[in-house]
Order: sequence, then structure tokens, then C-alpha cells
Amino acid sequence: MKSRTLVRHVKEGGKNLIRNGWMTFASISAVTVMLLVVGAFLLLIMNVNHFATSLEEDVEVRVFIDLIATEENQDELYSQIESIEGVDSIQFVPKDEGLDSLIASLGEQGDIFETLRDENPLNDVFVVQAENPAETEILANEIVDLPYVDTVEYGRDIFEQLFAATDFVRNVGLALILGLMFTAMFLIANTIKLTIIARKREIQIMKLVGATNGFIRWPFFVEGLLLGVLGAIIPIVILSYSYRSFYGSMGEQTGLDFFTFLTPNPILMQMTGLLLAIGAFVGVWGSMMSVRKFLKI
Amino acid sequence: MISMKEVWKKYPNGVMAVNGIDIEIEKGEFVYVVGPSGAGKSTFIKLMYREEKPTRGDILIGGKNLAKIKERQIPLIRRNMGVIFQDFKLLPSLSVYENVAFAMEVIEESKANIRRRVMNVLEIVGLKNKARFYPHEISGGEQQRVSIARAIVNNPSVLIADEPTGNLDPDTSWEIMNILEDINNRGTTIVMATHNKEIVNTIRKRVIAIEGGRIVRDEAKGDYGYEK
Repeated sequence: MKSRTLVRHVKEGGKNLIRNGWMTFASISAVTVMLLVVGAFLLLIMNVNHFATSLEEDVEVRVFIDLIATEENQDELYSQIESIEGVDSIQFVPKDEGLDSLIASLGEQGDIFETLRDENPLNDVFVVQAENPAETEILANEIVDLPYVDTVEYGRDIFEQLFAATDFVRNVGLALILGLMFTAMFLIANTIKLTIIARKREIQIMKLVGATNGFIRWPFFVEGLLLGVLGAIIPIVILSYSYRSFYGSMGEQTGLDFFTFLTPNPILMQMTGLLLAIGAFVGVWGSMMSVRKFLKI
Repeated sequence: MISMKEVWKKYPNGVMAVNGIDIEIEKGEFVYVVGPSGAGKSTFIKLMYREEKPTRGDILIGGKNLAKIKERQIPLIRRNMGVIFQDFKLLPSLSVYENVAFAMEVIEESKANIRRRVMNVLEIVGLKNKARFYPHEISGGEQQRVSIARAIVNNPSVLIADEPTGNLDPDTSWEIMNILEDINNRGTTIVMATHNKEIVNTIRKRVIAIEGGRIVRDEAKGDYGYEK
């Protein structure tokens, strides 16, 4: 295609937007509302994912070693755990260190336990991490049967619930996003259908004088693209502004020290890119849907 | 130039519009297509610019078989033919100049070429001084002349006219005929469906009469042959 033809198509597409007035407004509004919700969910999902990932990294099996185990026994146990499939890392925490962190975590009251220093009742511990956090339970069950293992511990219940919750948020968000995308798509398809009906005669004449389908389709492609991209602007501005001020007032703190919010950069850039892409996709798809039917003249 | 061989057309609703037409039209000929309403004239014309696809048979125009070409080749075929209609089919929002230029924009001609050629054909149809007018500002005859200008602007080898004088008064009809003859004299083949007895009987050309989807008469310098 020659560049002057492209210029013509873009001009025509832009003219269509203005000619369709209220329908253009309605379509852009639909895209705006859709992308507002999509964007909000995107931010939520990205944070939930971030949360889930940091949790998953925390999922570990604490293997309490039998008190009667000698150092050799411990080494043997270490290599046995190491040979289990799916083990990512093993860290040895001697009982003295365990006591230190216990005392530290209890603050002033912890000083009482200083007296236990000589007769430390705690076990030496292996902290084992699974390659796949979801397989933590299987791993724990295998380890518990090994010799010189006293008990194993892992935060089963809490983590399972959390995983279920994050999955739920992700799925609901996705379903909502898809539903809204289709709504916006149909609205855009309708707007463009109006353009086409208004220009049916023009299309017929274009075909009579030998215009290819591609030539006829281009202005509508541009119109759809513009509808989608224009609809993305307001959500991007609102969401970027809101997230920044939310982040500014909350800081990274959530009240839970193991969970932080994502910093505005780069997730706002990612969101902007995604919203523009979704807007453009929905717009173009919507317009192509309605053009296809009408080109079979 | 144009050659139809055993062409049949049956519409999806079961109507048999064209029933085995054979015809040869030479380059540079001027042919009237006459016949009562509903006899298949329109379908015959539509088959020529591939608005309709034949159910059976071959239609050769300029070496291409319209019965066999692919959907996306239709635009290329149309660029080699001009079509004019009873209702002119002009775009009301475009000026006379723009309406004609439109046909050249579609084939991506350069602005300079378009300007030169459009003014040229507007001169041929005698509308050079009305280039800036809009269709609703000019008479029916002038509108038809604009549509003729648009039809010939890309130098087609065939001009197909579907009752071009159907909406015009007698005087204006003669003007249009003069222009069409002029174009024909420049070497363009013209196929014209018409109900205008006076024109057919005065400007004597080859006449093809269609009835019941068949050619019932084909005479060089024939007459209209119907009462109305």
C-alpha cells in the first residue's frame, strides 16, 4: 500500500469517529468502563501474584532431627534428603541458633530461656525447600519416614487456604475481564456497523469502481483502533494516579511484614501497555467483526 | 472482447433468470440490450460486471473468465470496465470532482495524475465548469454525465450501462447518448440495456433482445421491436 493511501485511510477513519458522534461516545465509554475494571483487577492480580510468590518462597519443611542422632547420622540424613526428588535446598539450623532466634522472638520474656543454654532441649533442624511449593506436603511425608527424623512441620493449613484464596481472586478477575471485553467488543462492533450501514452505498460504489476489500476495510480498522485506544486513556490516567497515591499513603507496609505492595514502577508501565493493547485489540476485533459481513456484496 | 458460452443463471430462490446464452461482442462495438421487464436483461448485465456469478457456462471478458475467477480478483476485473446506472450512484457528500477522482483513488493513482485525468474526462462530458458542485446542485442529466465520467476515468475497455436514460427526459437522454457515442468512437466497447424505443430506432446499432432468459433476436443495426 502506498503511503498516501494510508494517510487517506487514517483520515477516513478519523472522520467516521466524528460523524458517528454519540455512538462513538458510547463505544469509548464502554471501553473506558471495561478497562477501568480490567486495570483495577490487573493491579490487584499482580499484587496478589506477588504476594503468592513471596509466600511460596516461604513454604518450607522443618525437619526436627532426633536428639540421639550423632553428627554422622545427621550427615547421612542430609544426603538422604538431598537425594529425594523435588528438593530445592536444605539448610542446617543447629539447636543453639534455634534457641537464639526463639529468645529473640520473645523479646524480654525470652531471657528466661537463657538458662536453658547449657541444656538446650531443642532439636537440630534441617530447613528443606521444595522446588514446587505445591508439592511440599508430599516431600514432608517422605522425609518423616527417614531414620533419625523426630518430626516434620510445615504450615499446611494456612498455606493451602492462602493458595485457594489467591487462585480464586485470579479466576474471578479473569472471568470478569473476559466478560467485559466481550461487552465492549460488541458495542464497538455495533458502532462500526452503524458507520457501515450509513456508508453501504459508498462501499457498493467503491466495489463497483474496483476497490479491493482491503482498501475498503482499512478506514474501519483505523476507526476501531482509535475507539479502543481512546477508551484506554482515561482508565490509564485514573488508575495510575490512584495507585500512586495509594502506594504513597500506605508505603510498602501492609501490616503483614512478609507482604509488600509492588512499587508503582514498573507495574504501572506494564498496566499502561496492557490496557492499550487490550483496548486496541477489542477495538480492531469489534470493527473487523462487523466489516466482514458487509464486504460480501 | 466479450464472449458468453452457454451461460445459465439460477438464483437461490429458484428463479431461472438466464437460460443458456451464447454471444460474442467484438471490441469497439455498441450493443443495445432490449426486452420486456423481468426478461433477464438485468441479470445479463450483472453477469458482465460480475455482480452475479453464472451458475453454469463461461463469460470471457478481456481474456479473463468471470465464471472462474476468485472473489478477490473481482476488483481487478472491474478496473477494466466502467458501469453506469439509471440512478447514477453518486456519493452525495462528495463534489463532482471528488466523485470522479474517487474511482482513481481506489486504484491508488497519484494526486497529480488524478487531477489531470479527472479534468480531462470532465471536459469530455462537458462538466469542467461544474467540478466544484455537489450532486444535489446539478440536474439529473448532469449527474448521469458525472457517473459516465467516473466510469471512463480509468480508461476501461468496456462500458456497461444499465438503462442510463431511464430517469431522464428525452432531450437530456439525447445528450447522454451523444456522449456515449463519442466514447464509443474513441474505441470503448459499450453494452447498454435500455427501454428507450426512440433512441434504439434512431441511433441504429446492434440490438440483442432477451426474453425468458434467452436471446431471441440479434441484429446488426436492428430496431427496438417492442411497442413500448
